[in-house]
Amino acid sequence: MIDIVLDVLSWILILLGSACVLIGGIGGLRLPNFYTRIHAASLTDTMATILIFVGMMLQAGFTLATLKLFAIMLFLLLTGPTATYALANAALLSGLKPDAVTDSDKPKENTPE
Amino acid sequence: MYVVVSVAILVTMVLALVRALKGPTVYDRVLAVNVFGTKTVLLLAVIAFLYGRPDFLDLALAYALINMVGILAVLEFFQNRSQRTPKGEDD
Repeated sequence: MIDIVLDVLSWILILLGSACVLIGGIGGLRLPNFYTRIHAASLTDTMATILIFVGMMLQAGFTLATLKLFAIMLFLLLTGPTATYALANAALLSGLKPDAVTDSDKPKENTPE
Repeated sequence: MYVVVSVAILVTMVLALVRALKGPTVYDRVLAVNVFGTKTVLLLAVIAFLYGRPDFLDLALAYALINMVGILAVLEFFQNRSQRTPKGEDD
């Protein structure tokens, strides 16, 4: 009984994690400027990592693989926001303005719609 | 079920590659490469469970370390380049 509950719970977590990965990927491609894209990308760095790795830990049970998965998850959770912060800091110091209106991808061609 | 997750991660990697190719600024490209590296770690961990080979988890751990160091090194390079004055380039 408890096996079935853990199985279903882990699949729910893993499917939610893959949905987060897809949302972050689409957002990183479609959002208008750099600071909105970094927001979408950092969503996949933390939320999807937690969901997918916790789901796989529930699948693995008490083995060495769970310990390795926990180490990888801890490392990704420490380094992902650090890299995102360093990236945003470097962009801000180099003079890229956080302007919500500018569409740096398509300068003129999206006005008729 | 692991196939669904790996397909989702692969689609996100393709989207990140598209963003890295058409990114207007250099920071968009660095962001896309960072996303690509993180998704590579996730994909390696999923593949370890998909094929039932836990050795791939060690590869994922090593790749996470290398990815972090690489991103920070590239960022230091671009940040120092943007702050450097035009006349004193050989500081």
